[in-house]
Amino acid sequence: MMQFNPDNRGHFGVFGGRYVAETLMPALLELEQVYRDAARDPAFRAEYERLLRDYVGRPSPLYHAERLSAVYGAKVYLKREDLNHTGAHKVNNTLGQALLARRMGKRRLMAETGAGQHGVATATMAARFGMECVVYMGEEDIRRQAPNVQRMRLLGAEVVCVTSGTRTLKDAMSEAMRAWVSEVRNTFYVIGTVAGPHPYPEMVRDFQRVIGDETRRQILDMEGRLPDMVLACVGGGSNAAGMFTAFLDDTNVRLVGVEAGGLGLETGKHAASIAAGQVGILHGSRTYVLQEPNGQILNAHSVSAGLDYPGVGPQLALWADAHRVEYAPITDREAMAAFHELSRLEGILPALESAHAVAEARKRASALGPEGMMVVNLSGRGDKDLDTVLNYEPI
Amino acid sequence: MNRFEQLFEKVRKESRKALVGYLTAGDPDDAASLEVLRTAVRSGVDILEIGVPFSDPTADGPVIQAAACRALANGFDLRRILAMVSALRRETEVPVVLFGYANPFYRFGYDALCSEARAAGVDGLLVVDMPLEESDEFRAAAGREGLCWIPLIAPTTPPERARAILEVAGGFVYYIMVTGVTGERHEMAADVAEQVRAIRRLTPLPIAVGFGVSNGAQARQAGKSADAVVVGSALVRAAHDGKLEPLVRELRSALTN
Repeated sequence: MMQFNPDNRGHFGVFGGRYVAETLMPALLELEQVYRDAARDPAFRAEYERLLRDYVGRPSPLYHAERLSAVYGAKVYLKREDLNHTGAHKVNNTLGQALLARRMGKRRLMAETGAGQHGVATATMAARFGMECVVYMGEEDIRRQAPNVQRMRLLGAEVVCVTSGTRTLKDAMSEAMRAWVSEVRNTFYVIGTVAGPHPYPEMVRDFQRVIGDETRRQILDMEGRLPDMVLACVGGGSNAAGMFTAFLDDTNVRLVGVEAGGLGLETGKHAASIAAGQVGILHGSRTYVLQEPNGQILNAHSVSAGLDYPGVGPQLALWADAHRVEYAPITDREAMAAFHELSRLEGILPALESAHAVAEARKRASALGPEGMMVVNLSGRGDKDLDTVLNYEPI
Repeated sequence: MNRFEQLFEKVRKESRKALVGYLTAGDPDDAASLEVLRTAVRSGVDILEIGVPFSDPTADGPVIQAAACRALANGFDLRRILAMVSALRRETEVPVVLFGYANPFYRFGYDALCSEARAAGVDGLLVVDMPLEESDEFRAAAGREGLCWIPLIAPTTPPERARAILEVAGGFVYYIMVTGVTGERHEMAADVAEQVRAIRRLTPLPIAVGFGVSNGAQARQAGKSADAVVVGSALVRAAHDGKLEPLVRELRSALTN
């Protein structure tokens, strides 16, 4: 069995760690301690699980997509995270972190967001627990994910427009970290993915692993065996980490992480940190990063705001180096085609992020054949992307 | 005696406080930046913190972010920054700290960087996003080249943690007076003297205080309990506006007597 848990300083092999300013270190050490205590506290677990059931609507269905299967040529199951309250997997994590914030006596939540799904999920929890909420979002993402901005505001959150850099997720995260340094004493920073400094990558994975744990039980109930392949899209990597963790020891299950290939890797306009990045240090951890040879961070590109990030969670980097997870890039155009195909064949509008995983499933299905079985994590719904889809003009 | 020790001995004899000046390397271009550094030293900066620009400066406020953007617009090469240090070193014995974020140093290679930095005349390193727990490898490389590892202590750092940080520190200690990013502020933190006294009980190293100091009056107040005062954003802004010399003179004079 391969060992994929971090050491006591949050290192996943050579990846991870806590590369932050000293001002934040005591807060991270405190958070780690609070998290360890909470994870051992049956009352905390019970409340988390109760709210996952009654408020989020879990378990989410595992759905046999018959018409998609017929076209793709293998048996395709979709894990319906899009049916969660707030429309994506992000809420599994924000619920957990909001409970931690309450445990620490913090009355204010802060988050960065790209597609806005994490921002909405954080704003939702702030409303649910009576907390203040501020969400940092790049100006470009505010434009392309306008419905989610409106949702956050309706939920009572303040959305701060970030105008530095490319005005997307990377810059929103940098700005959130700056704000956190200033407000660290009274604000809980809800990171939305398995990136950032320790303990976030481990903690977010733990809050998201319900996806894979459910899937594993559901597929065994329905099929009496494990799938041949499990696919998930990878931006920072939270839905992939949540899905894959349950299958890491099932070495006969192929795990495929799908990165955003943007306009194609050869164009340099993409967000495929594992396929085309080098090891570096960004936003608190050592991991694969899109960067110039001299260490300046490059701008990512993806049609999908949630994947538009030049780094990736450290455990996903370790899984790559350990050859436990394969990674493949899907271009904007391929993701867009998968969006339309899934909409027409199954009546499901997927998030553009999730459409990347669907597109990769299409490529790999025929090799598995009709007896083959794959699970695609449908991490979110596509309502937020209608503007992008309707205005998309392939280059 | 290293250059920090010499400098602090001299400053003590003159019964004044040292002025530590941060300036972003390559802002707005290499030639102008070298002139800015020369002006800073000539006008009275005692220790130079040469900022290595980074695309994602998560601990910096708007002034230093903008300076980094201007510098990066000309392309980035750590060797060009080291060449600036070499040029300065031929003219002055002012202690030089290379001040930056981890990734450009990591990509360059810690060993190569420390060896080339030492050869160029760098005296110390300050890596903003590399806390004690992540610094073993880089610190060891710095130690082999005789470079001082200058630590940050924050208002949020508890005493037992400060003790561990100070055990591996060299040159001087940088106490961040406020929880926040770099940048000028109207009001100074109230409990600085108390915090500085607490650090002094843990280390014989000189203590510099910084974050938020932008004029002579603030520098004098901040310097009361410390051995040195760091000024960053205000100098970067003044250099950009062509008003560096009068500001440095004001700060230097405020820290004398």
